[in-house]
Amino acid sequence: MAISRRNFIAASGSAGLIAGAPSIVRSQSGPIKLGSVLDNSGNLDIYGKPMVMATTLAVEEINAAGGLLGRKVQAIQYDTQSDIALYTKFAQQLVRDDKVDVVHGGITSASREAIRQTFKRGNTMYFYNVLYEGGVCDRNTFVTGTTPGQVVEPIVDHAMKKWGKKVYILAADYNYGQITAKWLQHYVKLRGGSVADTGFFPLDVSDFGSTIAKIQQAGPNWVVSALVGGAHMSFYRQWASSGMNKKIPLASTTFGVGNEHLALSAAEGDGILIAGNYSQEAQSASSKDFLARWGKRFGDTKIVHEIAVSQYQGIMLWAEGVKKSGSLGRDAMLKALESGVAIDGPTGRVAMDPKTHHASLDIHLMEVKGQKLTILETSKQRPPSDTAQSCDLVKNPAENKQFEVKV
Amino acid sequence: MDYAAVVFLEIVYMIAFLALASAGLAVVFGMMRVINLAHGEFVMLGGYTTLACVQVGINVYVAMLVIAPIVVGLIGLVIERLVIRHLYGRMIDTMLATWGLSLLLVGIVTLIFGSSAVGVPTPIPGYTLGAYQMGGYNLFIIALAAVVMVGMWVVLRHTRLGLIARGAMQNPEVASALGYDPKKVYMATFAIGAALAGLAGGALAPLTGLLPSSGGAYIAKTFITVITGGAAVLSGTLSSAVMFGAVNQIVSFASTPVIGEIAMLALAILLLRLMPQGITGRFFRNST
Repeated sequence: MAISRRNFIAASGSAGLIAGAPSIVRSQSGPIKLGSVLDNSGNLDIYGKPMVMATTLAVEEINAAGGLLGRKVQAIQYDTQSDIALYTKFAQQLVRDDKVDVVHGGITSASREAIRQTFKRGNTMYFYNVLYEGGVCDRNTFVTGTTPGQVVEPIVDHAMKKWGKKVYILAADYNYGQITAKWLQHYVKLRGGSVADTGFFPLDVSDFGSTIAKIQQAGPNWVVSALVGGAHMSFYRQWASSGMNKKIPLASTTFGVGNEHLALSAAEGDGILIAGNYSQEAQSASSKDFLARWGKRFGDTKIVHEIAVSQYQGIMLWAEGVKKSGSLGRDAMLKALESGVAIDGPTGRVAMDPKTHHASLDIHLMEVKGQKLTILETSKQRPPSDTAQSCDLVKNPAENKQFEVKV
Repeated sequence: MDYAAVVFLEIVYMIAFLALASAGLAVVFGMMRVINLAHGEFVMLGGYTTLACVQVGINVYVAMLVIAPIVVGLIGLVIERLVIRHLYGRMIDTMLATWGLSLLLVGIVTLIFGSSAVGVPTPIPGYTLGAYQMGGYNLFIIALAAVVMVGMWVVLRHTRLGLIARGAMQNPEVASALGYDPKKVYMATFAIGAALAGLAGGALAPLTGLLPSSGGAYIAKTFITVITGGAAVLSGTLSSAVMFGAVNQIVSFASTPVIGEIAMLALAILLLRLMPQGITGRFFRNST
């Protein structure tokens, strides 16, 4: 068909009609469709690849146990190739063409914000299973990753007691780093400490020479990093090669999540303080069993990291919600997921908080030692206290924003 | 006082970094007028060669100073024979071909090594300068850059080989009338340029870490260094490295590394506006 102005308008008009149709009719028979958008290639694939595998594993296990509501679950996974533009494209596709029942996906906070509203408008339930800067308050979105109240606060608490009150902050220059830096400043000030300085770095900065000299001039008691990605790894390397790792202790809100401790030598990584929901060193039976199942399915367990486990748990938590609701209808599902639904996953209990749609999780305070994340102490069922400060979806179910802390 | 010394050393390091990373490109672009957009990938290949050698237990200095340049030089030789030699004098075509080549090299390295960040441990410990801890390895980079620059000068200016190379670049007909095959000279020059890029990649790997895409971080900086330098391979590269390195670091110290990079790029635009033929188009005109 040749595109003339007239039939182009006619065609786009009818496309608009279809898109604007009041409800997207999902099929009531056949498999339940679970969509995912994750970076299985490109710069971020160190995070994304294990998450894609975790999705596959979770869906296979659900099906092996008989599926949900007597139906099989089908995973529809798109590779976003570390490209934000592809996130919006595939999110539209999942909502409009595939008509999935739920989406589990998104890695960086930038990617989450690129797709969250698409799912909200399309009435497609959305799970974001990655640690992040907190504050997303949206009844359509569920978060099973950790937030600053769960990770940043214990780090600040422990480090200030152990090392002192003056801290220097380094963070990645996009929404995750910017907001996490605010939370760091907030918690430090709350405990009577002071922030010597805060530096933000775009994701491609790999020369930290001047920064390391500036840190020494400021003379903090400790340094905390919310740096992200491959280029920022050179900070840890340059820090160690100048011998600073023996002089000023280092903490991080992100280290280990992409298995960074395996890329650095033991001498370079030792002593970095972190907090999170997962360590391969965890001795619980559920954690060991998970690694064994992963090994049986994929072979290499070294690549398993926190957000892969998070993705697995997010899917299992959703499945628990489906069982509880007995139907995939939106209202029934929301009711089930807001009833305090919980699972016992590889990292312990994961309980969905109805007010914030965030999860209470067991949090480990850890130290990098010999390329391993050694657990120092564990606090059971830490709530997402940061988001709870401002978000209450029970009271305001129509809320749709991301809260930030004011410093 | 200590702080001034720290700032000074960081400036010298940045100059050395630019000179070292640009040396291979200066040879290939400065002498042969071939725009090699795969230069960053040659640097990256040098890094991965070093990494692979260290992993099988070869001494890190042997790996970066000997094996990396040889391997990348050979790769450069093959690429010259297969691709570049058909494109001499066709600048736009060379750009396209080498850009495609850079994508291919990134793809191959991703297939072999995966796309997660890896690194080579730094072989030299830090040292104290007054109240400050400094990276000892930076001094090694400074020394290596100095050796490479002096070595290039000696070869180009004081050996018969350098004379032949310069002659073949300036006037291929005369060189060939005197019995030197310009094609062979081009081939060797390109391979040497690639080898210098490999050397830089190997030496810088312990500081920056490696990703298949890390060539992209070098390509812009090295090109503005070489182009702003102008026609003279050595004095051009060196003078623009000094200028950009100093501006980048001074502004980085005064503000942030991001503003430092912006200042460097702004200076490059300004310089090329004032001196379209590069620094050596106006100053040091008779230098190498």
